Amino acid sequence: MHRRLTALHLVAAVAALVAVTPLIYLIVRTGSAGWENVWEILARPRTLQLSVASLGLATAVAGTCIAVGVPLAWLLTRTALPGGRLWLVVAALPLAVPSYVAAYTWLAAFPGLQGFVPAWAVLSLVSLPYVVLPVAAVLSQVDPAFDEVARTLGDGPLRSFRRTTAPLLWPAAAAGGLLTALYTLSDFGAVSLLRFDTFTRVIYTSYRAAFDRTSAAVLSLVLVALALVFVLLERAMRGRHQQWRVGAGAARRAERIPLGPWRWPALLGVVALFGLAVAFPSVMLVRLMLQSQRFEADPQAWLTATANTVQAAGVGALVALLLALPIGVLAARHKDRVTKTVESAAFISHALPGVVVGLSLVYLGLSLAPALYQTLAMLGFAYAVLFLSNAIGSIRSATAQVSRNLEDVARTLGDRPTATWWRVTARLSAPGILAGALLVLVTAMKELPATLMLRPTGFETLATEMWTFTTVGSFSQAAPYAFGLVLLAAIPAFVLARLTGRRS
Amino acid sequence: MSSIDVHGLTMRFGDTWVLKDLALSVDEGSVTAILGSSGSGKSTLLRCIAGLLRPETGRITIGSTVVLDSGVWVPPERRGIGLVPQEGSLFPHLSVGANVSYGLRGRDHAARVRHLLDLVGLPGTANMRPHELSGGMQQRVAVARALAPSPNVVLLDEPFSALDAGLRDDVRQDVFAAIRATGATAILVTHDQEEAFAVADQVAVMMDTTIAQQAPPAEVYLTPATLDVARFVGDTVVVQASGTGAASATTTFGDLPSQNTTPADATGVLVFRPEDLQIGGESPVLTQAGVTAVSYHGHDTLLAARAGEQDLLIRVLGRQSVTVGDDVTVRVTRPGIFFS
Repeated sequence: MHRRLTALHLVAAVAALVAVTPLIYLIVRTGSAGWENVWEILARPRTLQLSVASLGLATAVAGTCIAVGVPLAWLLTRTALPGGRLWLVVAALPLAVPSYVAAYTWLAAFPGLQGFVPAWAVLSLVSLPYVVLPVAAVLSQVDPAFDEVARTLGDGPLRSFRRTTAPLLWPAAAAGGLLTALYTLSDFGAVSLLRFDTFTRVIYTSYRAAFDRTSAAVLSLVLVALALVFVLLERAMRGRHQQWRVGAGAARRAERIPLGPWRWPALLGVVALFGLAVAFPSVMLVRLMLQSQRFEADPQAWLTATANTVQAAGVGALVALLLALPIGVLAARHKDRVTKTVESAAFISHALPGVVVGLSLVYLGLSLAPALYQTLAMLGFAYAVLFLSNAIGSIRSATAQVSRNLEDVARTLGDRPTATWWRVTARLSAPGILAGALLVLVTAMKELPATLMLRPTGFETLATEMWTFTTVGSFSQAAPYAFGLVLLAAIPAFVLARLTGRRS
Repeated sequence: MSSIDVHGLTMRFGDTWVLKDLALSVDEGSVTAILGSSGSGKSTLLRCIAGLLRPETGRITIGSTVVLDSGVWVPPERRGIGLVPQEGSLFPHLSVGANVSYGLRGRDHAARVRHLLDLVGLPGTANMRPHELSGGMQQRVAVARALAPSPNVVLLDEPFSALDAGLRDDVRQDVFAAIRATGATAILVTHDQEEAFAVADQVAVMMDTTIAQQAPPAEVYLTPATLDVARFVGDTVVVQASGTGAASATTTFGDLPSQNTTPADATGVLVFRPEDLQIGGESPVLTQAGVTAVSYHGHDTLLAARAGEQDLLIRVLGRQSVTVGDDVTVRVTRPGIFFS
């Protein structure tokens, strides 16, 4: 139907190409080092050791999140747990705490923490919502009639759950788990603070040491390859998940199961879990904040860091919007091969850890565009590349919700495609587009490794200030910055929740 | 105020043919209904004429302008057409007045908007929002919006199918009165045979990717071009028959009159409308038949009857004192049509 390529195809293809430039540059750069060198690095025992550590951590975190998250989601949605739906709000809260802030609060309380177990525990606690929220969504949407039919056909409650509800849950749980694994693999802040050597930490260290750049590049590519596997698996799972959900258009909600004598132990477990994931970091943060002498001593530095954070993230959101608009609109309106390719290329950005994008843009800036190196534009571009797929997702679904009939009518009334977009589609999809930009803004404000590598000299953000103080053990001096980070991220998150609430 | 000429239009979605070498000719200022079942490709045809789809091959002329040919492609915004989609599709972010003036260039359209809203029977609604209107009102606004830039052609894609049956007739009448008042050429896509017959000067029956017959409504009903058309536009009584070389056909009920000359020795069917058959009275008597079902419609009654292996449908005016199980005498009042 739309086999002919439009100007939109071209613009979107260029945007996608720009977005994958860091990856391409990294590959070219690595290739130019000579395949013998590359192979030598790949064959080092250290590389294998890092792979095992990174994958081991990712698997452990994902496994924990699934093992804890699925029963937890069931408790929160299907049982008469005291507190009811309030717990679902609490379950989303860990999303507001960046992994390195969580790690920081634990370190401040127990300065000796380091290695695999603390890294696993902290990352599991902050990643739990990625499994709990989608599984809870499925559980509260599944038509109870499935279960009822199974029961009348002779299944006991457990057998019925396994045969009717579990198949609907599994894709959501698996997709959430894979997302968790991906974030663990890309995580830099928590593993660095807790001194557990994974790819990200070692890449950053060898970049800082500046003596073995080829090694950093090769390790980056290995990391991207691993991340890509998780991204593709997650994407495949999510596709199935959505199919299931379409099929399960629920007319009514399931009755909540009374827990009887089990309600207090269940409640205790839930309270303990959220105590560790939400209450502990919050309380620690407030305590550290009260202890902090720094805030009174130098509010100017804090204000500057806050302004810088907003500014850098704002540039990132703007660049992301520019790149994501043509791709998102194209993806919503066309289904040809070029569109699929453009979309997939842009989606790769999802698999690029901040460390990798930072590293690539440092090299790129130094050798190809020295004028851009350590500028706000370059940092904003890094944010845009890192969070592009979030923005595309919002724009795509917002555009897809605008009926094509409206565009057809506008065309027949004399508007060219661009005028049609501006007068009709953009007006109706504006909340979704804005939500996409805000999503990038929130995420970019919390970004750490690329910010550390690409910020202009002397340009400090809340994240970098907090990082600097934490790495030298000045926990209470870091507190105002950590606190500011959580608060600042909460404002756009609040707007975002309102926007999406109004849309649905 | 433009004629429309479609020639050799061909379109595929993947491996599925949607339009195949389709031809259609629409007179200037007329109303033509494209009648077809769902999936027959009628909406695709409409979208091709509008320029919202670009078919692989074919030629479309609107007035004296070729809008589609090999190497020629006029985008929808320059075709001078108005479109009325299925559910109206009013812009939800604009007021009724702003919807109507959407296609107007320049400033100050208040007078034009008022005139159009009067024309479709909705005076004083310009400041309302689309969601405050009923379905029928929304559809009227959609028509006003399409007519505002004075298009030469108005295309309507099943515009009344979402309306309640009681409302539909009124809206339909007003809408076509408004369109005819502007003199625009109109094409109405519909799956509703009664609707097509009621409003159109010409009916184009679309079947299986192409136009099976294009003619005035009565001609389509009384002398359908194919057995499929006959079945699609109304109830039929189909009798196995063979040709005689004259205007008659041989059936198990003897020789019966046909409108067309039947080729000698050709086997086929002789097709009647239920109202071509009547019960009681004088010859020519077709057969005796047993009544198997009676459905009373108020203005008429449809009887189903069976004579041997042959199923019959008989439409009689008003109410008849016939019940299931009765034996009736069936006679033919109008010649059938023979299809080989």
